[in-house]
Amino acid sequence: MTRASETGPIALRALSLGARARRLAALMKKEALQIVRDPSSILIAFVLPVILLFLFGYGVSLDTTRTRIGVVLESPTPMSRELAAAFQASPYFATSTGFDRRQFEDSLVRGGVGGVVVIPSTFDSDMTRRGRAPAVQVLVDGTDPNTAGLVNGYVQGVIGNWVAQRAVEYGRMEAVSGSESRMWFNSELTSRYFLVPGSIAIVMALVGTLLTALVVAREWERGTMEAMMATPVSSVELLLGKVVPYFVLGLGSMTLCTVIAVFLFHVPFRGSVGALYAVSAAFLLPALGQGLLISAATKNQFLASQLALMTSFLPTFLLSGFLFEIGSMPRAIQLVTPLVAARWLIPSLESVFLTGDLWPVFHKSITIMLLYGGIFLALATRMSRKRVA
Amino acid sequence: MWTRLVALIVKELLVLLRDPRSRVILIAPPVIQLIVFSFAATLEVKNVDVVILDRDEGASGGELARRIEGSPSFRTVTPVHDPAVLRKAIDQGHAIAAMEIGPSFSRDLVAGRPASVQILLDGRRSNAAQLVNGYLGEIVSSYIADENEAAHRVATVPRVVTRNWFNPNLESQWFMVPGLIASIALMIGLIVTGLSVSRERELGTFDQLMVSPLRTHEILLGKALPPIMVGCVHVTIYVLATIFIFDVPLRGSLLLLYASALVFLAAVVGVGLFISALSATQQQAILGCFLFMVPATLLSGFATPIANMPVWLQAVTVINPLRYFLAVARGVFLKGMALSDVARNTAPLVLIAAITLTAAAWLFRRRTE
Repeated sequence: MTRASETGPIALRALSLGARARRLAALMKKEALQIVRDPSSILIAFVLPVILLFLFGYGVSLDTTRTRIGVVLESPTPMSRELAAAFQASPYFATSTGFDRRQFEDSLVRGGVGGVVVIPSTFDSDMTRRGRAPAVQVLVDGTDPNTAGLVNGYVQGVIGNWVAQRAVEYGRMEAVSGSESRMWFNSELTSRYFLVPGSIAIVMALVGTLLTALVVAREWERGTMEAMMATPVSSVELLLGKVVPYFVLGLGSMTLCTVIAVFLFHVPFRGSVGALYAVSAAFLLPALGQGLLISAATKNQFLASQLALMTSFLPTFLLSGFLFEIGSMPRAIQLVTPLVAARWLIPSLESVFLTGDLWPVFHKSITIMLLYGGIFLALATRMSRKRVA
Repeated sequence: MWTRLVALIVKELLVLLRDPRSRVILIAPPVIQLIVFSFAATLEVKNVDVVILDRDEGASGGELARRIEGSPSFRTVTPVHDPAVLRKAIDQGHAIAAMEIGPSFSRDLVAGRPASVQILLDGRRSNAAQLVNGYLGEIVSSYIADENEAAHRVATVPRVVTRNWFNPNLESQWFMVPGLIASIALMIGLIVTGLSVSRERELGTFDQLMVSPLRTHEILLGKALPPIMVGCVHVTIYVLATIFIFDVPLRGSLLLLYASALVFLAAVVGVGLFISALSATQQQAILGCFLFMVPATLLSGFATPIANMPVWLQAVTVINPLRYFLAVARGVFLKGMALSDVARNTAPLVLIAAITLTAAAWLFRRRTE
């Protein structure tokens, strides 16, 4: 076998370009047939992406709409009723009204309500007496800090609006002062708009790394990879024969996901199709390279699948800034995130969908991803050659 | 029957501990999950970058900007002088929020006209942006209130006093780490069961087991009990880490937590047996476990609340065992959940366990006969 791989390149040089291209085409055809005929490839490349996209599109949502809250009127005076009505009118809350906070305490423990707003019995008299700021107490279920923060913000918003409205009615304009905010790129504040593009990155990581690692590791396990190495095919050609079909498959999954994202989930698409394919293609190289490297290093389906999940799926999910803010992580973890290829893909992908083409950002991301891809592919080529020799 | 069963359980545990692959499964993912999830998986928003465009002709704008610089939530507060630079900072993701203070801010404030600033936010990260908006809005209103008070322009604006129950400082680890107890139990229970049966099937030793004097239900019990035991060990390690490493308060009873954990593990093992009965190879078993685990985790309230899902999907989560045990794990730790509430969340688990275990037993009988 040693001889075969040593004479491979020499034999190759003797071949005409046409013959080489034909050989490569034959290899790719073989891979493509294998993909089409293997149910698990189809499962990972087309069924899994759709399932994941649906889960992220429908199941994962950070939009706290219509939180159930209790509004406690300690004494039902006109002004406190007015404020309670403001809560009832708010689209963010589904309110139930009570007259004692103890009514809601059990419910707060059980998770029946997410918060309780207590309007004190002195509310009216404090509102009318100058110089005494009335206090509204808000009890929030802090178990889920993110929801608690949002609920708290919405409560402040409802009270702020109510005050502003009253101020306009009574001509006390200074009370209207404050901040006014505009959310760019996503004015409806739909978390789905950034979760769906992010899940496309996860799908590509799965197809690129997990599927490639699994399939190629199986070939190593069964010895068919070494059988291929014994043929005059060079290891570069062999890897190229693997990369190209899975590259096409990855772009296919991405296209499927984009179509679902735009037409079913109505995620805006403000960039260009060319930019979408450019950043996706740049990401697929490191993803595929990683898959090939894992399979060449482990040569075992089980280990390969575990390694692929741990080094590709999990980091893409957790360390890419897709769901969790990188800036809020501990410094040591923040320093690791630039090594995750998906961390460069996600901002570009989100921009293609929500902002438009931002080539300065894309150029940088694409360069870095191509660099990682080159390193992974070079390592994978070396690893495959060395193992056989 | 008992000696046979014990022998089978001992054999299962030995196989699990001696096989290097299963040792990897037992050690690596739990450790990685504990470290990565508890530290990285946070929806908190800290260390954010903002830019400020202060066009105020008076001094108030500068004072407000200094207040924002003084807030610990922000990593960098960059002053800019050109709206185009501000736009670019948001576009390219260098800043999550930008504040623009208009030229008449000081004048309006003094004259008692509505003085307001504009906050522009990066909606590509709408969740984080919303929280940042909250921080900035609070600073602006408190600044305006202070200014009004100093000048005796008192407007009666109600103060909002917020108390966060169960987690007063809104620590995200208090939310994430008890949840990990539930998710590790799911993962271990599922994978250990899934692998043990599919390995025997792949090696052909499952048929040998079938022709041994062991009865089908004994084999099933022998396959179901070891993962439950291993799952309990992992739950214990995670409970200890939650209490001693992450300092999460334990307000309820551990006994209730363990009782619920046992039922949950039984339900999970039932699912694992079901998956492995359907798969011919370990590969398929792993894929099957993965296909169950990802939706189960995403639709459990582990990272994002069930209440945010569309109503039809909320109805689907009723059959998700993780959802119930997650509520118990968080409830026992943070809320001091009482027996009645734990029981209310465990009852569906009993039902799910009964269904999955019966289904698995049925599938095994059918496959072997």
